Amino acid sequence: MMRTTALLLTCAALTLVACGEKTAGAAKKADVPAFQGSTGVGAYTASGWKPGDQSAWDQQLRTRAQGQNEYNRTSTQP
Amino acid sequence: MARMKFICDAERCIECNGCVTACKAEHDVPWGVNRRRVVTLNDGLPGERSVSVACMHCSDAPCMAVCPVDCFYRTDEGVVLHDKDVCIGCGYCSYACPFGAPQFPSNGTFGLRGKMDKCTFCAGGPEANGSPAEFEKYGRNRLSEGKLPACAEMCSTKALLGGDGDVVADIFRNRVLVRGKGSEVWGWGTAYGKPATGGPQQPKPEGKKS
Repeated sequence: MMRTTALLLTCAALTLVACGEKTAGAAKKADVPAFQGSTGVGAYTASGWKPGDQSAWDQQLRTRAQGQNEYNRTSTQP
Repeated sequence: MARMKFICDAERCIECNGCVTACKAEHDVPWGVNRRRVVTLNDGLPGERSVSVACMHCSDAPCMAVCPVDCFYRTDEGVVLHDKDVCIGCGYCSYACPFGAPQFPSNGTFGLRGKMDKCTFCAGGPEANGSPAEFEKYGRNRLSEGKLPACAEMCSTKALLGGDGDVVADIFRNRVLVRGKGSEVWGWGTAYGKPATGGPQQPKPEGKKS
């Protein structure tokens, strides 16, 4: 009886070993947040905000998004 | 915290494909890959409508759910990106995506595909922001330069809007109220939300069926 139980437990343990196996694929790299700025050509960075300042970056994008609102250029409002 | 979204105004899109061209030029997208495209319904018939489609950067992205190697990630701004060094080009994401956003650069024998490519909301990838390696794999990283996606900023009729979802929704709401139609397309509350400035929500205009 004891031997059967031990055999069963051993089989179960061996069967479950694979469940804890980590996938062999490459790991995702961590990304740097956009508000940290670009390491590329500095001239391409829009003026009006300071890289690294998240609130300034948020404000810059909000301001820039208003460039898509042509009603800012007219008096027509609802 | 901004939550980036695209919205395309079908009342304004004139199917010029300027957004497609801007995207391809900005990111040096190879032949055969279209990160963005314009879909036209009822082409040539009265009531024809066009809409510019790309990755919608879903809040609950099905591509992320089905990827067997877990190469996708979401930035703090809600942009869905992926790591091409992890992607195995299996194509599951393209089957899962309702917008046909995932694209593959080559079609060879035995269904050979390259690494998946898709709209990045001009936010690049996991390589250093603005680096040559990032440009090679994902294209320009305009967000890290304080800019919005090239497709939206280049849209001649401003049909395609991109940026913080609240700001974009406010622009769209204002537009729909001024012209008095368009809210019936997606449903007022669902698509346009409430004014971010805290003002009273505008009543639904008596829209004519377009």
